[in-house]
Amino acid sequence: MSGAIERLDERARQRVETFGRTVVHGGELLRHPVYTRVLHWGVAICFVPALLSGLAIYSPWLYRALTPLFGGGPMTRLLHPWFSLGFVVFFAFQFLNWLSPMTWNRDDRRWMKRIKSYVTNAEEVEPEYVDFFNAGQKLYFWAIVGSATVFVLSGIPMWFPEIFGRIVVAISYVLHDLAGLVMLVGFIIHVYEGTASQPGTFNAMTRGTVERRWAWTHHPAWYRRVTGRDPRADHDQEVRNLRSPDK
Amino acid sequence: MPSGTLQIKAISAHSGSIPGLGVQREEEVCKYIDVTTCIGCKACEVACVEWNDMPFQQTTFDNTYQTMPNTSWNYWNLIKFHEHQRDDGTLMWLMRKDQCMHCEDPGCLRACPADGAIVQYTNGIVDFQQENCIGCQYCVSGCPFDVPKFNSATKKVYKCTLCSDRVGQGLEPACVKSCPTGCLKFGTKTDMRALADARAKQLREHSGFPNAGVYDPPSVGGTHVVYVLHDITKPELYGGLPANPTIPVTYTIWKRVAKPVGLLLALLAAPVAFFHYITEGPKEPSPPQ
Repeated sequence: MSGAIERLDERARQRVETFGRTVVHGGELLRHPVYTRVLHWGVAICFVPALLSGLAIYSPWLYRALTPLFGGGPMTRLLHPWFSLGFVVFFAFQFLNWLSPMTWNRDDRRWMKRIKSYVTNAEEVEPEYVDFFNAGQKLYFWAIVGSATVFVLSGIPMWFPEIFGRIVVAISYVLHDLAGLVMLVGFIIHVYEGTASQPGTFNAMTRGTVERRWAWTHHPAWYRRVTGRDPRADHDQEVRNLRSPDK
Repeated sequence: MPSGTLQIKAISAHSGSIPGLGVQREEEVCKYIDVTTCIGCKACEVACVEWNDMPFQQTTFDNTYQTMPNTSWNYWNLIKFHEHQRDDGTLMWLMRKDQCMHCEDPGCLRACPADGAIVQYTNGIVDFQQENCIGCQYCVSGCPFDVPKFNSATKKVYKCTLCSDRVGQGLEPACVKSCPTGCLKFGTKTDMRALADARAKQLREHSGFPNAGVYDPPSVGGTHVVYVLHDITKPELYGGLPANPTIPVTYTIWKRVAKPVGLLLALLAAPVAFFHYITEGPKEPSPPQ
């Protein structure tokens, strides 16, 4: 990252962190600071209407169901690029904010090889090497980066077709659809993983904190980094504590 | 001649059936344009703006005889002038009346995502319904003839209606009514095609135009506006008439097949997630409390 962009990221972070707070109770860890949470929900609040208005125009089967949400077809068409612009701007800041924890590494390749046991909940706790984000989260992040890039590159010609001409628009139409489908799949999985699938995760994006148990279960390497303690040992200790509660 | 209410045959982005289709049978209509007898008087241009009640706008003069470089949202009918030098050095002044071709397989209608913004009547006329138009301009991208034009003030797209309001009452289009040379004619597709073929044959056999022919491109299923051209092998000479007009696959295969299949596959993620929860259950922080 060049210096100017780094400074922009830093300035935005400092500005946002001046308001709001994250209360960390006993037995909890700070997961997402105010800045990250504001960006995440900024992205989400823009993304959902962008997705719904996009799907309205995507398919004749959805057109009549979804356009009334936005005040009819013309308004849907008018608003879609603006929702999308909001999404892209918020996500651009999130991209800078998360670039370093989202960087793909050797451990992520190891994680992907055992994705089956992750999906089937075969292991009680995640492998020792799983840091702040696991490879699945990183995959979703990079899918958004890729899709958002395609969205922008194909969306601008569709927003201003008179400048780009019919063939560019025809190609953009297909690319925009593909990016949208990738985002739709990713979004459904993301919502599921962030809520019902993993109790305690949603709290990380609302109040900003997670339980220690959550941390050593899902992100042991991150737990080790922030607490300086051994995640597996703490887990085993907790198991023993639960078995003999009077001690 | 058709009369009474026009029966709709196709509706853009419409998921249901088309009401009343097949109850009555109607002849397909066609506008015949013989470019070889057009004198470029522009009576049809005037008739078009008059009948459709469109204010005349300021235009760009590009040192030709042409009214403006291209048709516009409120100028649907334009004679395109082209000075063509033949192989033997002689000049030909080519004049082609440019307007919507009313394709049998309309690219605009295929591309349109707004339910009911474009309809095709059983008589072949393709008509825009501005009250349903959302201004996305996909039709502009879908049209191989560059016909639909966007009005940035109303955020709607407009084009020639083949005077569907007149045709519905048993009248010919305004342009045809105004033509002083008879190079424009209006009737059933069968009759106009036969007339055009006869005229092309006459040009080939008696007028020294061995390549004369009828422009009724099969790549868009034929059109409800046909041209008689001196040289059917070079339609581009006549103000850029495409030799092989095609609809981008984006609005055919992609839109009809890949889009619904892709959407269904993507939405599969939801039942997959749901049944994952039902079968595998949530991953609780360990140890559970």
